[in-house]
Amino acid sequence: MSVATSMRAKRRGRPRSERFRQRFEMSVLSVPALIMFVGFVILPVFMAAYYGFYRWKGFGKPNVNGQFIGLENYHIILTDPNFQQALGHTLFIAVMSLVIQGPLAILFALLLNQKFKGRGLIRTLIFVPYVVSEVIIGTGWSLMLQPNGAVNAVMKNLGLQGVDWIANPKIAIWTLMFIISWKYIGFAVILMIAGMQAIPEELYEAARVDGAGFWRQQWSITLPLLAPTIRMWAFMSIIGSLQLFDLVYIIWGQYVSSTAGTSTMATYMVREGRLANNYGYGSAVAVVIFIISLVIALAYQRFVLNRDLAGAVEKRERKQLERRIAKRERERMERDEIEEAIAPNNASMEVATS
Amino acid sequence: MTYTGERIERTLLFGKRKRNDPYAYRKSAKTPWGHPIVYVLSVILVLICVVPVLYIILGGFRTNSQITRDPAGLPNPWNFSNYATVVGSSTFWVELVNSLIVSIGTMVGVVVLALMVSFVIARYRFRFSRMLYTLFSAGMMFPITVAITPLYLLLRNLHLINSQLGIILPQIAFGLPQAIIILVPFLQSIPMELEEAAQLDGCSRLGFFARMVLPLSGPGVATIAILSFVASWNAYMLPLFLLNDSTKYTLPLGVQMFSSQHSVDTAQVLAFTSLSMIPALICFTIFQKKIVGGLAGAVKG
Repeated sequence: MSVATSMRAKRRGRPRSERFRQRFEMSVLSVPALIMFVGFVILPVFMAAYYGFYRWKGFGKPNVNGQFIGLENYHIILTDPNFQQALGHTLFIAVMSLVIQGPLAILFALLLNQKFKGRGLIRTLIFVPYVVSEVIIGTGWSLMLQPNGAVNAVMKNLGLQGVDWIANPKIAIWTLMFIISWKYIGFAVILMIAGMQAIPEELYEAARVDGAGFWRQQWSITLPLLAPTIRMWAFMSIIGSLQLFDLVYIIWGQYVSSTAGTSTMATYMVREGRLANNYGYGSAVAVVIFIISLVIALAYQRFVLNRDLAGAVEKRERKQLERRIAKRERERMERDEIEEAIAPNNASMEVATS
Repeated sequence: MTYTGERIERTLLFGKRKRNDPYAYRKSAKTPWGHPIVYVLSVILVLICVVPVLYIILGGFRTNSQITRDPAGLPNPWNFSNYATVVGSSTFWVELVNSLIVSIGTMVGVVVLALMVSFVIARYRFRFSRMLYTLFSAGMMFPITVAITPLYLLLRNLHLINSQLGIILPQIAFGLPQAIIILVPFLQSIPMELEEAAQLDGCSRLGFFARMVLPLSGPGVATIAILSFVASWNAYMLPLFLLNDSTKYTLPLGVQMFSSQHSVDTAQVLAFTSLSMIPALICFTIFQKKIVGGLAGAVKG
């Protein structure tokens, strides 16, 4: 420690060259990533905002080959019933993803966090749908869900009537929900398991000493201490749902999705922008999606995630639990001392075995 | 008899019973057999997750008439000609190579750039480094869907349409936020004393970065490497917008085009599809444990 302080003193001794060197190192290390990030992530969003004011077919420059129309694009978007439907579907998917995947993922993670032989293999297999690409999942499921596909064949063997899973507008969105949950729950389970492994084992031991059963332990220890993980997962899930594109586009094609009732904001954007060659309009849709996502994300951060950033609640909970454990430990040691005083042989044997 | 799950993976990760894995014996001896209910539930769960993927793989071993007669049946007799045709076609190999170039390029780019920036964020105490972290974590809110239309126009102006570089560069940029969020806690957890000790031994900041930080952040680096590789391997939207030339197609685009071209030949489509998922699957299976560890670090931090 004294070495460290002397180093610091030395560093203070020659401030200018040291600071200059640090600046130099920092810029060498961070400039390449910054250029990439600003160029390909931030800049396009501002470009979209600019293009959104034009009626423009995508060749040349918008202010030369296009026509400035102010907020006209936005007016059309917000009054287009197709967009309103797409927005409705997207919000439905975002909410249902949380409702369906959240509880299931926690239960699965609890199951896979038990110690048993074969756990690693099962954990790996659970993640298979998450690793396989949307295109493959989409192709596979759309073949299986055809009216004369495998799913209906299985139902027929069970004596049930087959259903048109993909084209029937009453069922299609639930089909999509099922496929989404099936595909993405693996990721939620990974996160929950990772979160559960960060919870100290002593808490459970203490709870068991207090006579808490399995479910009681999960309710009072796992769930509160998993809360930051759950909130983080929910955030990622919401953002992901708002951007949903691949699965819908692959299974429902470019045009069927709106008649089947599964269109999302992103498929609307691609259909009306890129495919219709209306780059100005497509950019405006992108801006609308961005603003909706941003508002939801900021609201979520302000009202939900904020607690993690402050971290106060969890820290307090954790501290309380730790204090309780320490107290119990003290009590046990006192008790041991008393027992030792009463029966020294017994106690020394206990020490030897432990 | 006891060679199940964790043991198999351990063998995959460390080779057979090597010194690197001192817990190999102790842990497997300690791991108890679970409650029967745990097994029943786990098996049901695994079946739900795996059966649709198995359907795709097994479907490739059937003929079209088998699939039409009994859509949910097993291959009977097994038919290897679908896989043989796909493996014998140049389309598959060209697309596989394209996918590999794009994914490895993205992976290397993400790992290198994210490590550099995370090192600045984690180890230099300046306001600038906090700003960097805020900026990159805000990037989680700029998903590729929103940027895709102007991104296409931007890359067209840079003449990067129909080129692998045109896909790699934006994918690196969009992969950075997640990678940085995962890496920073790892780098922060390296004790300051270690850095000071290295400095005393005449190691510069950058030397410390190369000799101490890189080896110690191994699990975090592995996590972001796998995640960015798999994400890039599976990416669909960006290649869909940028690639018109079918000789440049990556596998996801190839799968989609193949399935629309051979929409009558279901068995062939299934064979093509299942061959294209193998690399990502292998990659993830081997490193799954590291990913859980890496995410645990990120969640804690």
